[in-house]
Amino acid sequence: MAIEVRDVNKSFGVTPVLRDVSIDVTSGSLTALLGPSGGGKSTLLRVIAGLEQPDTGTVVISGVDATRLSPQRRNVGFVFQHYAAFKHMTVFKNVAFGLEIRKRPKEEIRRRVMELLELVHLDQMAERYPSQLSGGQRQRMALARALAVEPQVLLLDEPFGALDAQVRKELRTWLRRLHDEVHVTTVFVTHDQEEAIEVADTIVVLADGQVKQVGSPAEVYDNPADQFVMRFLGPVTRLGDSLVRPHDIEISPAADPAGTTATVVRVVRLGFEVRVELLIDGQETWAQLARSTADRLDLQPGQAVTVRPSPAARPLALSAS
Amino acid sequence: MPKNLIRYALRALAVGYLLFLLVLPVVLIGWRTFANGLGPIFEALSTPQAISAFQVTLVVAFWAVVANTVFGVGAAILLVRHAFPGKRVLNALIDLPMAVSPVVVGLALILVYGKFAAVGGWLETLGVQVIFSVPGMVMAAVFISLPLVVRAVVPVLEELGDEQEQAARTLGAGWWQTFRRITIPGIRWALGYGIVLCLARALGEYGAVAVVSGRLVEQTQTLTLFVEERFQNFDETAAFAAATSLALLSVITLLLTKILRPKD
Repeated sequence: MAIEVRDVNKSFGVTPVLRDVSIDVTSGSLTALLGPSGGGKSTLLRVIAGLEQPDTGTVVISGVDATRLSPQRRNVGFVFQHYAAFKHMTVFKNVAFGLEIRKRPKEEIRRRVMELLELVHLDQMAERYPSQLSGGQRQRMALARALAVEPQVLLLDEPFGALDAQVRKELRTWLRRLHDEVHVTTVFVTHDQEEAIEVADTIVVLADGQVKQVGSPAEVYDNPADQFVMRFLGPVTRLGDSLVRPHDIEISPAADPAGTTATVVRVVRLGFEVRVELLIDGQETWAQLARSTADRLDLQPGQAVTVRPSPAARPLALSAS
Repeated sequence: MPKNLIRYALRALAVGYLLFLLVLPVVLIGWRTFANGLGPIFEALSTPQAISAFQVTLVVAFWAVVANTVFGVGAAILLVRHAFPGKRVLNALIDLPMAVSPVVVGLALILVYGKFAAVGGWLETLGVQVIFSVPGMVMAAVFISLPLVVRAVVPVLEELGDEQEQAARTLGAGWWQTFRRITIPGIRWALGYGIVLCLARALGEYGAVAVVSGRLVEQTQTLTLFVEERFQNFDETAAFAAATSLALLSVITLLLTKILRPKD
């Protein structure tokens, strides 16, 4: 186990931010801490890095109790949302910082830094200053800087949060590939469920300072532990007394005693998907259909149809939570 | 074009204001100084009294700058990076020297460190004379220029944030390495600006230093005190020569602040 967090509690003043949080991060994994803002995920990451002290509980990194260790002794790499680039140093000097602190020989530093800059595609930018880089380049520099000291774990706090959508998507894929190359145990914080599902191999859902669920992306998406997780990981709609994913609702024009009768209110075409708004006994719901299915059904507003969850659906009873 | 007219009128007003208040007096001092050529100036400024005044001024200003740089950076970091009880009181106290008349500062120092006061008497038994001596003058200059470094550094430190410092810590830097390699370079321009302001203020200080120095010729007489004393004794050549030197020092420091002032 690369990181073991046990029963961590942390309050800022009287506000509890983390409540009895315990998580395990396996060596070499890429884990996402996912949750709404204010859910405690950044605080948990900072507790692991030693930038915050937990009120109670322990943090074990690679088998060593690190709870009372200062950040400088934990050997973790930390990447900040706003890059935290050393503005008065060149890209080269930024990446070399941790190695210079460790008093490595000059030649070794030069070799290692250039290696890392190549890895993050910034080898042409070595002599530039952070102010001359774009946001995405700065974040890649910060990543190289964190990797330079060969950390036991790499922690990223909303690493793509400050970037625009296009760059964010590119960097996501790139991070995934980088991780497959470097294999360093990585934990990143995000509030974007799509990002977590796409990049991570384990997702920890955090809300109100508590761990709501831990599992692979497929697990948390398909078998959410409760309503909250289900709502947070993707779109949901109501069907009778349960929550279902809108793409798990099947519509047929014929009457079917096994299904529920509904009236079509509106059909919205959104490119490849079609959103069908329905009314069941005065209750609004909606279904997401593939374009081909919608074309075949040719639904019209006012039309009476039968709806039912698809065989693959895992509806969540509303009364359960 | 009434708009243009107003603009020209405002410009003329501003220039006229500066002309009569600042440019004319300074130019006249220079003119009076150099009226009889360089010989008399050199003579007036090379008397033992004048040389001593230069030395005392530089010594007092130097120590005031050293003390306020150390205190200023420390206080700024304390105010920006830490929460502690009494923070607002400290913040208000730092601005106090701006509000209090220098003469009052001098008198207050005498009350505490004078020969017949408790603290001053105790220091006297240790062989340290504060009042009517250089230590007291340094204290006065320090007090007067106290806020300058702090106030120059605080906003820059705030804007800098602490993420770079945290990043340095996670990369293995201790607090001193972080301070020296990250914090100081981050605030260097503001710090330089504050130091120069502090230096200018300490060089030109008159009121507080006048009270605590005792104005002992060739012992505790600074350049400003020298100017005043020479003027009172109808030695206009020396008074104007020293005044011009002071003005020149001010111009140099002013130019330095222009160079050091943060660009954005």
